[in-house]
Amino acid sequence: MYALTLIQASWIDYLIIALYFAFVLGIGILASRGVSDSVDFFLSGRSLPAWVTGLAFISANLGAVEIMGMSANGAQYGLPSVHYFWIGAIPAMLFLGVVMMPFYYGSKVRSVPEFMLRRFGPAAHLVNAISFAIAQLLIAGINLYLLGSIVHALLGWPLWVALIVAAAIVLSYITLGGLKAAIYNEVLQFFVIVAALTPLTVIGLHRVGGWSGLTDKITAAAAQGHGSTAAQQLNSWPGTDLTGFSSDFLSVVGIVFGLGFVLSFGYWTTNFVEVQRAMASQSITAARTTPIIGAFPKIFIPFITIIPGMIAAVLVTEIGKVKAGGSVAGGSSGDGVTFNDSLIYMMRDLLPNGLLGIAITGLLAAFMAGMAANISAFNTVLSYDLWEHYVVRDREDSYYLAIGRYATVFATVVAIFTASLASNFSNIMNYLQTLFGFFNAPLFATFILGMFWKRMTAAAGAVGLVAGTLSAVVVAFLSKDAFGSWSTGALNLSGQGASFVAAGTAFVVDIVLSVVVSLVTRPKPDSELVGLVYSETPKESLVDADAAGYPWFRRPVPLAGCALVIVIVLNVIF
Amino acid sequence: MTDIDGKKTAGAFDIRNVIGALLALYGVILLATAAFHSDAPKGTNNSDNWWGGIALLVVGLAFLAWARMRPIVVEER
Repeated sequence: MYALTLIQASWIDYLIIALYFAFVLGIGILASRGVSDSVDFFLSGRSLPAWVTGLAFISANLGAVEIMGMSANGAQYGLPSVHYFWIGAIPAMLFLGVVMMPFYYGSKVRSVPEFMLRRFGPAAHLVNAISFAIAQLLIAGINLYLLGSIVHALLGWPLWVALIVAAAIVLSYITLGGLKAAIYNEVLQFFVIVAALTPLTVIGLHRVGGWSGLTDKITAAAAQGHGSTAAQQLNSWPGTDLTGFSSDFLSVVGIVFGLGFVLSFGYWTTNFVEVQRAMASQSITAARTTPIIGAFPKIFIPFITIIPGMIAAVLVTEIGKVKAGGSVAGGSSGDGVTFNDSLIYMMRDLLPNGLLGIAITGLLAAFMAGMAANISAFNTVLSYDLWEHYVVRDREDSYYLAIGRYATVFATVVAIFTASLASNFSNIMNYLQTLFGFFNAPLFATFILGMFWKRMTAAAGAVGLVAGTLSAVVVAFLSKDAFGSWSTGALNLSGQGASFVAAGTAFVVDIVLSVVVSLVTRPKPDSELVGLVYSETPKESLVDADAAGYPWFRRPVPLAGCALVIVIVLNVIF
Repeated sequence: MTDIDGKKTAGAFDIRNVIGALLALYGVILLATAAFHSDAPKGTNNSDNWWGGIALLVVGLAFLAWARMRPIVVEER
């Protein structure tokens, strides 16, 4: 039975997929003609317009883990999943553009860890660079594993063939064209992903009888005990299902502070995968506008990811059974259907050949977007931060360019091996959130304190970071399920709520220890903090001289205000 | 910006041309599928390709037109 593929692709679909890969490799080759030195390769020559980097910024995060994970959340929890976007991403993206980007771009650092080095010295830098590099390898591996299992399920290729072919394609376009190829491909991927998901949403909504038909069917299914109550699934607040907290009040606090503040600010403002896209832009204004432009499509992505998931739960027989508590054999993993299969079943049931090909292409594109983003960030950090500072110093630029290319090959090979690790975790989002909690929450605390408090010392930077990360790990071990069967269950926390608390603990521990350690150690002299700390940086170096003359839609702050208003309106509606 | 005589434009390097070409090609393929393809997986509707094809073609052509009307001029270094 399972020998057959889940989806009946025809030659038309294969033609559409093949055309896409011809374009992807074409971009790699075109972009490689413009690569002459390492800044070209790693930061794309700092030459891209804001709308390109803005879309790449979103696309780097719009990997298949995100798309499938969010539609899975939509199928399982319903509307509360929108918090991952409207609360858990937009405010942090706007904050990055308005407040933090001038320091990153203006100080001319080439990576986020390099900012750490200039502000806090080698100890904090090493912790940050190494943990980041390892996390990227892990995440690239997860992406690759999912890609392989999807190709296996959709097209019937053996898993290992799918892994190697996908890795080879990503490898070839990054090594050829560097960040520029990665960014151009991400922009292309963005449109293909939207073209893949939009028909699914529109046709799906048409089938269930529009939005009112969907809510009726979810209400009816909930009355029979499928999933949580209809009120829980059809209102984004208070979202107690999602957080696992029993109290409404704690759930709202958990979402706003845990997800909306600690987790999301930690992720969006310090994650070099994202920030690297903005650093590739042509001016400080373009760099600041990058995440803000990215916020607009990000606001609307839940409509084409979460809603198809919600539709799948009432339209697709298999997903409906899973939601009712049953188990169905098969699925993309072969070990039974899970919510993560929602999108794939929707594609099977709704899309004719042609649109189906575009949907498959979109999923493949999304996997590669995620993996390419991780690998291009990894090779930058490995060459600029680790190799150039600690292994082989003071060589010519072409040497580091070559190291960057070797690092790409290395990362791809490691990702193929890591891919098998990813198979041990059932809920992809949970696993990712766990990782973010460890690495990102304390980072944000350290950065924000370091940017605005000049007294903060190098020792404080390192101590805060290490202790914050460790405290998150401890909380995760004490929770019920953050580490699966390794967690002891000493604390009554499960699901996303455990991640929120772990990240929150990391944040608080980092801030407290940073302040305490700073007060007993000696700060850096003010002269070394120019461009790195707010009070020591001339205000005019944080903005472009001619930016005030731009129309409002090209200036970061009015644009950010506009995005914020849209998010607030959407939160009121849903 | 409209005067491009004697200046080098980005041409195929312009990402808008790449996006436009791919989406427009997809649009054409979907329209051809809608017109000539007779079978579709069970439960799906081949005529959905009409809508998808038209939408992709329009968006693709819009990108090509944007790139044509506001070309990127490459500065000589």
